[in-house]
Amino acid sequence: MSKCRIPLGPFHPLLEEAEFFDIKVEGEKVVDIEMETGWMHRGHEKISETRSYTQSIFLVERICGICSTSHPFAAVHAMEDIDNVEIPERAQYIRIFIGEMERIHSHLLWLGLAGHFIGYDTLWMWTWKYREPVLQIFEKVSGNRNHYAMFRVGGVGRDFDNALIPEIHPVLDMLEKKMLMLAGAVKDDPVLWSRLKGVGVLTKEDAINYCANGPTARASGVDIDVRRDDGLEYDLINFDVIVLPNGDVYDKLVLRVLEIIESVKIARQCLDAFPKVGGEYLNKVKHISPGEGIGRYEAPRGEVFHYIRSDGSNRPLRHKVRAPSFSNIPTYKASCVGIPLADALITLAAVDPCYCCTERSIRVIDEDNKKLEHNLLTMSREKTANLKKVVAGSEKTPIDRIFED
Amino acid sequence: MAFYNKIIKKSIWVFHVSASPCNNCDIEILDLITPGYDIERFGIKLVGSVRHADVLLVTGIVSYKVAPRIKQLYEQAAKPIFVIGIGTCTAGGATFKTGYNAAGMPLEKIIPVNAYVTGCPPKPEAMIDGVLKLLGTLK
Repeated sequence: MSKCRIPLGPFHPLLEEAEFFDIKVEGEKVVDIEMETGWMHRGHEKISETRSYTQSIFLVERICGICSTSHPFAAVHAMEDIDNVEIPERAQYIRIFIGEMERIHSHLLWLGLAGHFIGYDTLWMWTWKYREPVLQIFEKVSGNRNHYAMFRVGGVGRDFDNALIPEIHPVLDMLEKKMLMLAGAVKDDPVLWSRLKGVGVLTKEDAINYCANGPTARASGVDIDVRRDDGLEYDLINFDVIVLPNGDVYDKLVLRVLEIIESVKIARQCLDAFPKVGGEYLNKVKHISPGEGIGRYEAPRGEVFHYIRSDGSNRPLRHKVRAPSFSNIPTYKASCVGIPLADALITLAAVDPCYCCTERSIRVIDEDNKKLEHNLLTMSREKTANLKKVVAGSEKTPIDRIFED
Repeated sequence: MAFYNKIIKKSIWVFHVSASPCNNCDIEILDLITPGYDIERFGIKLVGSVRHADVLLVTGIVSYKVAPRIKQLYEQAAKPIFVIGIGTCTAGGATFKTGYNAAGMPLEKIIPVNAYVTGCPPKPEAMIDGVLKLLGTLK
């Protein structure tokens, strides 16, 4: 059977972000998949070098609108790592609360979009209806529905108003109830079951080989979670890391539903702690000394990694960002190949890819698939060598004369 | 044209283009069609092709890779089409102003724009208000 090439994107009605998939099929079966990115590149790392540390936090917040607390979380970890800054206990609880509420809204968003992709729009409308009160809580706590601007080096920027606690508890109760209902409904629904079960399987070996992280890895039986492994703020909280064995889309969906319930429990523990833990919420840091720092955080999609090098001035010398989707997207090669084309889209969406997070750098590769940087380096060195020969044969340069004197 | 203006107010079909945003305006636009806001009660509907659309919603700083495609999309659309820039990024580049990859700051450098709804991200109420205000100017 002859191969056929199906282009998908970059501006496709189904895809929210601009990305391009080149799917090769034989009949109905997907035999290979390639993708092209770069439409979302905005040059955060370079802009960050021109901003002060506090401004950088607001900048990295705008890497992604859906996980817009994860990037500041990892960035402040990196900045605090340079000087080992102590964080007040109240600030730690506020950070955890914001992070977990964001996980709830991000997972609900994914559940809805997954329902939309398989033609189950009822699921979409329902989950986004439950998501709305979460955004309203954010508006009450931080003043904005998205982009909360809560994080500072050494704590948080604004205090949590304890008067809001009675308003938040009913929303958490509602979410837990609805998620338990949804977990039951997904199991009982024969359409969802047959549409998702056994589709796009990512085995444990593949997950490890492709360095998958976050829910993608945990649904394949790999037990990793930065919140538990790194500790820091999350040492204050009791929670379970959910791991499921099968690695198909069904497990990824169930895992996210269970994680929402777990996040609700964490948010409740924070709410219980707020009246008891008073005092400072920001340990003011006036200077960041020269050095290097790394920060990690478990975003809704996986591990966010930030690296910051400081030269003692008020702005970072280098700010490197690695988003979870960067290592999750290559798992398409393992999970999409060999499945029918109709299942490819939900498998592509199952890792909850975020291209805005991922597109930090562009690599230029030449026609022979060799790295162009390497060739450029060779060309540059050859040119210097040639010039040296020319200069050696001719008159002495002014610099040579200075050294002779 | 008067007849068209009378008709379009009753049913507005919207096409959404994400031109290197941070996803935030995009999810707020999607939020509009879910039960919380439900803009279909105004006759506003998201459509799958720009050829069917009356309004083009553009989000994000337009990067150099996206700019020619946005231009192409605008040319493909059936005229008259109204272009609304959603978010501060389209109006002035927001925090990416000093970056090296922002081609459209403001968006009218690339395609003609009828209205901007600013905010980072603008609230869904503000977006509804923006679209309805734009239609209010039609005679």
